[in-house]
Order: sequence, then C-alpha cells, then structure tokens
Amino acid sequence: MPVMSKLKAISGSAEIVGVAESDRLGKLPNRSALQLHAEAADNALADAGIPMSDVDGFLTAGYSTYDVAEYLGIEPRFTDSTIVGGSSFVIHIAHAMAAIQAGYCEVALITHGQSGRSDRARAAMNRGLPAAQYEAPYGILGPPVSYSMAARRYMHEYGEDRTRQALAEIAVSTRKWANMNEMAYMHDETMSFDDYHNSRWISWPFHLFDCCLVTDAGAAIVVTTPERAKNARKGGVKVLGVGEGHDHSMISQMQDLTLPFGRHTGPQALEMAGITHSDLDLTMIYDSFTYTVLVTLESLGFCGPGEGPDFVADQRTAPGGDFPLNTNGGGLSYTHPGMYGIFTVIEAVRQLRGETGERQIKNRNLAMAHGTGGNLSSTGTVILSRD
Amino acid sequence: MTEYAKPIPVPQPESERYWEAARREELWLRSCLDCKQAYFYPRDICPNCHSRNTDWIRSSGKGTIYTFAIVHRAPHPGFGPDAPYITAIVELDDGPRIPTNIVGVDPKPENLDIGMPVQVVFEKITDEITLPKFKLA
Repeated sequence: MPVMSKLKAISGSAEIVGVAESDRLGKLPNRSALQLHAEAADNALADAGIPMSDVDGFLTAGYSTYDVAEYLGIEPRFTDSTIVGGSSFVIHIAHAMAAIQAGYCEVALITHGQSGRSDRARAAMNRGLPAAQYEAPYGILGPPVSYSMAARRYMHEYGEDRTRQALAEIAVSTRKWANMNEMAYMHDETMSFDDYHNSRWISWPFHLFDCCLVTDAGAAIVVTTPERAKNARKGGVKVLGVGEGHDHSMISQMQDLTLPFGRHTGPQALEMAGITHSDLDLTMIYDSFTYTVLVTLESLGFCGPGEGPDFVADQRTAPGGDFPLNTNGGGLSYTHPGMYGIFTVIEAVRQLRGETGERQIKNRNLAMAHGTGGNLSSTGTVILSRD
Repeated sequence: MTEYAKPIPVPQPESERYWEAARREELWLRSCLDCKQAYFYPRDICPNCHSRNTDWIRSSGKGTIYTFAIVHRAPHPGFGPDAPYITAIVELDDGPRIPTNIVGVDPKPENLDIGMPVQVVFEKITDEITLPKFKLA
C-alpha cells in the first residue's frame, strides 16, 4: 500500500512550470501526431522559459519515449512510457515528481500528440489480448459501447430519469464553458437541453452529446524542481498530491460499474496534499462521456454513491455556479484526441495562474485534475497549488 | 453468402478449450479448486485468490442481464449491417460475468431490462469459431 508518511514528505517537491497545447487543435489533417508532440513541447518549454536542451527527463504515452525523444532530438536520463489510457499523462506528473525527488532528472517533459480525427495509420488491436477474443467479436469495441453499458447499470441502481437529467446537466454546463474558450472546438456552438435530448443515439443510453469529441491535438507539460521553478518565466504551480492505479482493463471485468478507481486515487491525493474537497477552487475531471463525470464525482468523494445527480443539478457546474468543473469545455466540447487527460492539468495550471480570461475563476489557490483511462479502468489524480 | 466481416477470435493457448467447447455448443468456464469460484475469462491462474490449482467446469448457460446497451453507431464496419444491435454483460448462474450479445429480440430499450433471465445460444461464424450469445429465457 502507498506509504502516506513518505508521500507527504515529497508533497510540493516538484512544480509545473510550463504548459501548452499544439499550435492549433481540431481537424488538422496536415499535422502528424508526432508533429503535434513537437509543437506542444516547444510551446510548453517556451511557456517555462527553459530550453529543450535542458530536458533530462521524458515521459509520454501512446508512443514509446524513444520514438518521440528521437524526433525532438533529446537524450533523457529518466524515461517513462507508462500507458494506461487517457489518465497516463496525469500519472506522468506523479512519476516526474518521484524521479525529480530521487535525483533521476531535473527538468521533466511530458508530451502528448494524437491525430484522433485524421490519423492515416491507425493501429489494429493486438489479437492476442482477451478483449480481441471476448469483447470485440460482439461489437463491444471502443469506449462509447463500454461506457454506455456502465451508465445503463448506474441508471438501474439509482434511477433512469434522474440519471438522464444529470447527464444532460453535465453536457450543457460543459458546453457553456467551451463557449468561453477560444481554443474549444465547440466555442461557437451553443447547446440547449433540447439539443441534448434530441441528439442522435450513439450507443443507447448515450446520445451523441453524451460522448466526447474526436479531434487532433497535442499538449505538453514541464515539471521541475522548486529551485528551478523560481527562475521559470511564470513561476511554478506546486504538485501537492498524487494518486494512480487501475483495477481492470475490459469493461466486462469491472467489478462495480458505478465505482471507478478514483475511489482510491482521489482520497490519496487529497490526504497527501493535506486538504479536503471543500478546499478546492477548481475540479477538472476527464469527461470522455457525461457519465464519466457523474460517476467520477462520486468515486472521488465529492458526494456519495447515487448522489451525483443531485450534486450537478441546476447547472451548478456551469459558469456562475458554485462548483466550477471542466472550465476549458472538456473532452465533451473543447478537444478530445483519444487520450485527453493531459488537458485537465493544463487548464488547472492556467486557472491557478490566472490567465484564462473570460472563464477565469475567482479564488485560485487549489485545483484537482483527474484522468481516467481505458474502460473506466485506470485513474490518475493530482492536486495542484498556486503557492 | 458474403464473407464474415466482424472481428474473429484467435484462440490462444489458455483459451483453446473454451473455443473447442463452444464449437460443440457448450459453454465451459475455469474454476478455482482452492477458492471454489468459477471465473471468466479462461486463464490458468485464479484472479480471485491467485491459485494455480484450477480446473474447467461446464456452465449451465443460464444467467441474467447485468447490463446492456443498444449500439446504433457501429464501432467497426463489420457491425454496420447489424446496427442497432444489443451488447450485454450477462451474470451467469455459475458466478462470473461474460460479455456477449443478446439476440432474438427487437433492439429497443423497452424490450430489455437488467435482471432478465437469459440462456446461452451458439452462433457458428467460421469452421473454427462458434460464438456463445444469449437470448431471453
């Protein structure tokens, strides 16, 4: 089990000094995924005021680190290709902190790049995997199918109508945030409750507007020591708490479809940071689907099992509500290239720095960023602090 | 007869007997001789107590719907002609849950519910592979 005394001892011992997206997000058929990695890396290092040549730790997911590091022309002395779906990049923050603390490196670069929309060379599934034998032949393929089966179970346990209303609340409130973010794919498109309810079925009980976008995007984060953070262009945002893990891969192997692994990583990250839910000014939750948000709020302990629909009622998570959630517009309405987790951290850092313009939250001391990967399989949680 | 266009399982060393049984229209599961629990999917080590003292048992093929979805947008071109189709996780009376399709029912939400009893049926897709699916009992 994680040793809390040791975790507490390294709380705040690494800082995020650079965050960035690729130059553009959305439909980018003339950019390869590796180009998106490189653009974002260059932008994040510029944000930090640190040259690429100073990078001595490298982390990525989807590609092996040696493929992307070669492309960038760097020779890392700490390397981590941990790939557990979209939560990977949140987990990389924790690994970067541990590596910095242990002396493996001083400047860790985390990159992401995916052409979810325009990929010209999509990889086939490994046919030896259990999923290829036991789920794919039945058309249980891809996240919309597996997450919608989990959502149907939630409806059975906690009520179909109130669950449906909660999913609509999340879709609509997230769109409102996207309407305030110029980088958001849906910046210019509003969504009413009727729009939500009338959108076509993808995998019942999911409407189209329960599902995240499919975009091309890159992103990168620079993590370093508190000493180097002092001289960074914009200073540092401290990493106070972390948690990571997973309890299955295939949706059919998930023990409780209404209780993902955030039940462990959320409480761990909060305890390590020495704070409670009510101390947080901002919560960023990976929204692959509306249901992911609903069930994640519960698993993280913001409310009890089955209480999510009451928690998100009346547009509480929208601009002007008292629980700002996914203020970039989320995977639902801002961008979702396939593994979105890194973008939860980027928005949290920008909000804590006070550089998000129209959508800026007032109090900006503490934020949680939480990623989910696979089929509600893995989670990574980080707690970030301005001071 | 058009060619079968959906993903076809490739039996692995630990699953050959499972697919061999399915070809005979039987559903077999692994079961742990130490903790006495049946489990899915087939592997030599028990995922519940981690014992390697495991065996095979024949399933009754009866169970209930644990959850389901009705897939309208096919995630793979092979399923295009089937959409909308029903995916499900069935909880077998033997204990384990198994991913599958519910067949023989009009794929509408009002025709299905969690907890409904189901029974295994077999669909031969190639000479080597027969898929266990389920129908309402």
